[in-house]
Amino acid sequence: MGSIFQTIPLNNYVILSTLLFCIGVLGVLFRRNAIIIFMCVELMLNAVNLLLVAFSTYFGDAAGQVFVFFIMAVAAAEVAVGLAILTMIFRNTGSVDINFLNKLKH
Amino acid sequence: MNTLLVLAGIGVFGLFSEIFRFKKALLPVVFLGLAAALVTTVCDWNTNVSYFNNMMKVDNFSLAFSAVMICITMLWFIISPGFFTDETSKSDHFTLILFALTGGVLMSSFNNMVMLFLGIEILSISMYILAGSNKKSLASNEAAFKYFLMGSFATGFLLFGIALIYGATGSFDIDVIATRLSEGNLNSSVMLFAGILLTMIAMAFKVSAAPFHFWAPDVYQGAPTVITAFMSTVVKTAAVAAFFRLFIHTFTSMTEVWHTALMIISAATILVGNITAVYQTNVKRMLAYSSIAHAGYMLMAIVSMNSAAPSALLFYVIAYSVSSIASFTILLMVSNSTGNDSIESFYGLGKKNPFLAIMTLISMLSLAGIPPTAGFFAKYYIFIAAMENHMMPLVLIAVLGSLIGVYYYFRVIIAMFRDGNEKEIDFSGRYKLVMIIAGILALALGVAPGIVTGLL
Repeated sequence: MGSIFQTIPLNNYVILSTLLFCIGVLGVLFRRNAIIIFMCVELMLNAVNLLLVAFSTYFGDAAGQVFVFFIMAVAAAEVAVGLAILTMIFRNTGSVDINFLNKLKH
Repeated sequence: MNTLLVLAGIGVFGLFSEIFRFKKALLPVVFLGLAAALVTTVCDWNTNVSYFNNMMKVDNFSLAFSAVMICITMLWFIISPGFFTDETSKSDHFTLILFALTGGVLMSSFNNMVMLFLGIEILSISMYILAGSNKKSLASNEAAFKYFLMGSFATGFLLFGIALIYGATGSFDIDVIATRLSEGNLNSSVMLFAGILLTMIAMAFKVSAAPFHFWAPDVYQGAPTVITAFMSTVVKTAAVAAFFRLFIHTFTSMTEVWHTALMIISAATILVGNITAVYQTNVKRMLAYSSIAHAGYMLMAIVSMNSAAPSALLFYVIAYSVSSIASFTILLMVSNSTGNDSIESFYGLGKKNPFLAIMTLISMLSLAGIPPTAGFFAKYYIFIAAMENHMMPLVLIAVLGSLIGVYYYFRVIIAMFRDGNEKEIDFSGRYKLVMIIAGILALALGVAPGIVTGLL
């Protein structure tokens, strides 16, 4: 199992998924379009999946890969709910720009 | 374990009741199911069994918190029917509440990171839908969207933290993780530190602790009041129980990483919650900030890390949930008849409805922590637990926060005895029942706190 880690060391996977995760976080913080924010959240989750699969292969332990399946299933359910909420907002405001969502007092 | 099966079972029954048209039977069946779940919880007391290859561990801590959540949900089901008058979606809402409760029970009894994640998500996804259940209202839409966005953002942090902890220790099982941490048998300490801090941030999001609390006031204000009542009681209880279990059972040997940070978060939450609540004119929003402040007190139990902490936390959660559900019931009735949640709608309440005024008085005193109500002993036990761990500065900040809290809770009480607003309050027996139960509990726990403190 360790052979792939001789050509590409484990650290590279950790750095790559940390970068992907940070891109996702920055996207959520700075983008204003709700659909793109959803995609950035998915990017965060997929960075986690990549990291888990890399560790799982490194340890030769299947638990990490099983966890990835759970994350995928839950992320699908979460996005289904999220898009439904977005559809509801689009019906009421005619836009998916989150700047319209400032009706509650700050 | 049986609790979980019963709760999920009545949830599925709720879904079928929509198809097979026995909606009339739904509410009695839900009550029977919740009572059965409570009985199974009580029967499991002191058994301490783990299930599914140690994925779940049912110990007294988890049973006590599950029982609290089930009881509060029962109270919630008494007040809720008046709200969902739209018959087409009634069973959906009930089902979602039951699934949220299932997630909450899972969060209080997990023994594996996978179960923690699943519990949080089962609870959260149901709550995202419920927060937006008033489909036509833009405020409800906005609340659902903010809750969804912040919730899934926090989940991302939680998962990244779990993945890094897995990388450092090679396991998801919290017992194994705890053993490896105390042995110092780690692959990488940098990954471990980052992982613990990321999970702490994610859990702070979920309990709405400062500086990760900014979503809570908007969501609590925008969501329908009944759902807010559920969120500020059951959801908060579940999140705090999970936070406690994760950090006390798993990361005890790594206190140098998280202890100071959590102490600062706790102090900041108490101050920010109480000070911002003073400036609110909307009672619903004020209660939202007060629930943020209460999260800060609950975090004090986690930072105390001694044998007194679990029972102090349990007492606090019970006292807070009972008085919180009573105050939301009152708010629901007042806002139903006056049409808004502002403090002006409480004017004249003392004269036209003395019973309601007394109940408001009890619940506000309990939230403020003034004897002879449960809130006083709740704060007392939390402070004692913190003092045993020599955290005087934190206790002083918490006392200061409580003093600020007295001001805005008394504003509601004073508003009741002002003149104005002659409109009659719609006062049905359901609400009366919940308020009497909650009021009696708040007073009983304030007079005889020993009923609960001996449990854990």
